[in-house]
Amino acid sequence: MLRKIRIALAALFFAGITLLFLDFSGTLHAWLGWMAKIQLLPALLALNVGVVAGLVILTLLFGRVYCSVICPLGVMQDVVSWISGRRPKHHYRFRYSRALTWLRYTMLVVFVAMLLAGFGTLLAPYSAYGRIVSNLLAPVWQGVNNLLAAAAERLDSYAFYSVDVWVKSLSTLAVAVVTFVVVAWLAWRNGRTWCNTVCPVGTVLGFLSRFSLFRPEIDRSKCNGCKLCARSCKASCIDAVNHSIDYSRCVACMDCLEVCRQGAIRYTRRRQEPVAAGSAATPATTGDTAADASRRSFLGLAGVFAFTALRAQEKKVDGGLAPILDKKIPARATPLVPPGAQNLRRFLSHCTACQLCVSVCPNQVLRPSGALERLMKPEMSYERGYCRPECAKCAEVCPTDAIRLADLTEKASTQIGHAVWVRANCVVVNDGVQCTNCERHCPTGAIRLVPLDASDPHSLRIPAVDEERCIGCGACENLCPARPFSAIYVEGHERHRLI
Amino acid sequence: MDTKEKDTKDPISRREFLKIVGIGAATTTAALATGCRPGGRSAGAGASAGEVPTDRMTCRENPKNGERVSLLGYGCMRWPTLPAPGGDGNVIDQDAVNSLIDYAIAHGVNYFDTSPVYVQGWSEKSTGLALKRHPREKFLVATKLSNFSNFTRENSMAMYRQSFEDLQVDYIDYYLLHSIGNGGIKTFRARYIDNGMLDFLIGERAAGRIRNLGFSFHGTQAVFDEVLAMHERVHWDFVQIQLNYVDWHHASGNNVPAEYLYGELEKRGIPAIIMEPLLGGRLSKVPDHIATRLKERRPESSVASWAFRFAGSPEKVLTVLSGMTYMEHLQDNLRTYSPLVPLTDDERQFLFDTAVLMKQYPTIPCNDCKYCMPCPYGIDIPAVLLHYNKCVNEGNVPRDGEDPGYRAARRAFLVGYDRSVPRLRQASHCIGCGQCNPHCPQSIDIPKQLRRIDAFVEQLKQGTL
Repeated sequence: MLRKIRIALAALFFAGITLLFLDFSGTLHAWLGWMAKIQLLPALLALNVGVVAGLVILTLLFGRVYCSVICPLGVMQDVVSWISGRRPKHHYRFRYSRALTWLRYTMLVVFVAMLLAGFGTLLAPYSAYGRIVSNLLAPVWQGVNNLLAAAAERLDSYAFYSVDVWVKSLSTLAVAVVTFVVVAWLAWRNGRTWCNTVCPVGTVLGFLSRFSLFRPEIDRSKCNGCKLCARSCKASCIDAVNHSIDYSRCVACMDCLEVCRQGAIRYTRRRQEPVAAGSAATPATTGDTAADASRRSFLGLAGVFAFTALRAQEKKVDGGLAPILDKKIPARATPLVPPGAQNLRRFLSHCTACQLCVSVCPNQVLRPSGALERLMKPEMSYERGYCRPECAKCAEVCPTDAIRLADLTEKASTQIGHAVWVRANCVVVNDGVQCTNCERHCPTGAIRLVPLDASDPHSLRIPAVDEERCIGCGACENLCPARPFSAIYVEGHERHRLI
Repeated sequence: MDTKEKDTKDPISRREFLKIVGIGAATTTAALATGCRPGGRSAGAGASAGEVPTDRMTCRENPKNGERVSLLGYGCMRWPTLPAPGGDGNVIDQDAVNSLIDYAIAHGVNYFDTSPVYVQGWSEKSTGLALKRHPREKFLVATKLSNFSNFTRENSMAMYRQSFEDLQVDYIDYYLLHSIGNGGIKTFRARYIDNGMLDFLIGERAAGRIRNLGFSFHGTQAVFDEVLAMHERVHWDFVQIQLNYVDWHHASGNNVPAEYLYGELEKRGIPAIIMEPLLGGRLSKVPDHIATRLKERRPESSVASWAFRFAGSPEKVLTVLSGMTYMEHLQDNLRTYSPLVPLTDDERQFLFDTAVLMKQYPTIPCNDCKYCMPCPYGIDIPAVLLHYNKCVNEGNVPRDGEDPGYRAARRAFLVGYDRSVPRLRQASHCIGCGQCNPHCPQSIDIPKQLRRIDAFVEQLKQGTL
């Protein structure tokens, strides 16, 4: 019964969190957003005392229920392991192994060190799962959606709409693939090896779960030494010979309870005093990541700006569409991060690169960074869309508080960067036509038009940016007709401020 | 445009039946082209579903030479196109054009109207290829001097000569000065008088290489009057005007009411050729309750058939042009004119009342002629305007957020917008350079309309309506 409850709850959380990463319409987050926010590492980074205390108490009461129910990476391993166990002769494929405590604590220390250095996110379980779903599963999900959208279009229904499927970052995709392969391979062979050797959350909770109030206990008087429990324990933590269980590795999956034919294992209040605890270790959260990201190498017009207006032809024919070149990413001296990040340093130290914001961004603005010092953490760029005024999806879903916005008003008045005009790309200069698109779409009126020729007030007008009023939303950059490089682009700010 | 069902008891499906008729007709046309034979008109029950008659096309007589012209003329401006241009760069689906033209000729159409600039410049060639497969005396071909961008005599002569080559003919039945009125009388003089082209063309007519000389007109009344006044000297054999039941009294933009245009031609005994009888589909895709109103009167006739009956009823109309992209449209129009059942006075008044009702809808008078295209900045102008019109007609343009059905309408507008127009070709990318405006025969201020639509879209997206 306990096992069934565990499986039902795990399925619920697993499906919920997976859907969070798949749903691009932004409707589910209002209902399921809390599932991301109760993940341990994000809650720690968000300094969400309530959630952290709750999880500590949960573990002290019932053991590592978190690992079996709440953690999506853990449940994913259970699914893989279950499929592996369905193979003939693999039903009871586990056996007891001694705890590799030294490895676990070493990994924890490594993790904390990496966290301080800004790479800790590689091992964080929830974020690793997020990257797997958003990079490997979401494209499939979106592809199916696009098929349905095509069908709906034929039926004149507006139930589905088509979305862009694109690789947002190759390095993140590679990390996701490697993570998935490693974790799945370990789970396929040995169940919860990852959780009990590598995972920092597993190690911390394992330390706590040794003291848990409720836990599986073996009744020596009933045990006949058949070892079925040990052979079905995916955590390899039941020493059947000595009738002892390593509670630091037990994830409270309750499998052993049902498998024991003698009824010798019961999930009950602890009887004996635990062995004295080893050294405690909790991950530090106040990282001082020095993000010295000064790449002063902006080439405003590297490459061709092959956008030429139609030359006067002998015969102007009707119809047809002018080709549109894809926009290219301008080199930004300072990366652009979403409003609500407050400043680059704080943002980078809070973000675990779970990709939830990247998955939900409806305007194709957010994508994981490829830069080493902020690997896989989101940054903004405006080739496919711009940061629209009615949207604060990234802040709504962020479980770590790396992006925090009170409301849309705060967003509308937060300066995250400022626009820079690049004369050499501007169609007013190159094509000799009057273009007002950047000025027309600027939400703050930061762009005004001034005569190209200062001595002639009637000459064509070019944009001039009032840096104090610009919020860096990128409407101008995205809607600029110059291609592949826009004639106006947004340079990021290290510290955001309210204007 | 929807086609009608009558014979539901028929054991074979209508579509299959039409296919058989179509194939049969196509294979026999070469030998048995019907054309417009004298006496081809016979009493019929009028336009209705079922078989498309092959020998009942209403014809009109050209007073100059007595030749019979089918009341339905084929406009070659909207040929079906390929998803990607063929090997020679041709964007037109030639197989589809062949079967449409074969079918049209087999059912009595003999007038084909094209221009060097239509369908990205490929219309003459495609039309010529398809017509070449029929005896020359079975069809009348019309083309135009479309010297819009380069008025020099050399360029105009080259364009004229090229038409013979592309159409593969050694005489042109109807030759038009293309779109008089766009740009005022100054442009007219520059295009045809100062470079001596009009005199040259009059000479060509005398030489028999042009059998009828005329002009097509879009623009202000002053230009029309002045060019028509040249009739004494030039002797226009025909004039092509925009005429339909909306334009009769309520021409949009700079256009002149058709009642005046037709009246002036009638006075002088000049035959009229009708363009835009359907306003590029705006008179077949009408607001829902207008469609209901028309269907109540004649449940089995298509909405479009009303517009064609209106355009074909005046006696001085030689032919009514329709740019039929789809076989279903061709068949529907063939039924309407095989033979024409002229409008009664009561029906005419009914259509005028309908026009008044339609004027209340804030649609943009775009006929999807694509003269404005290609926009150098990649905007798909007609697609944006047509999407807006579609939403107006379907009631998906909410006035404010409190409207009942606001959410459904908002979704329909925005999702439909992304479907009809790729994001990069939407109104938000219009830079307002205005290069399109001089090309619009309906004198729409295109950048202004695009900005209005863009502002509306922003309101919908931001929820500030």
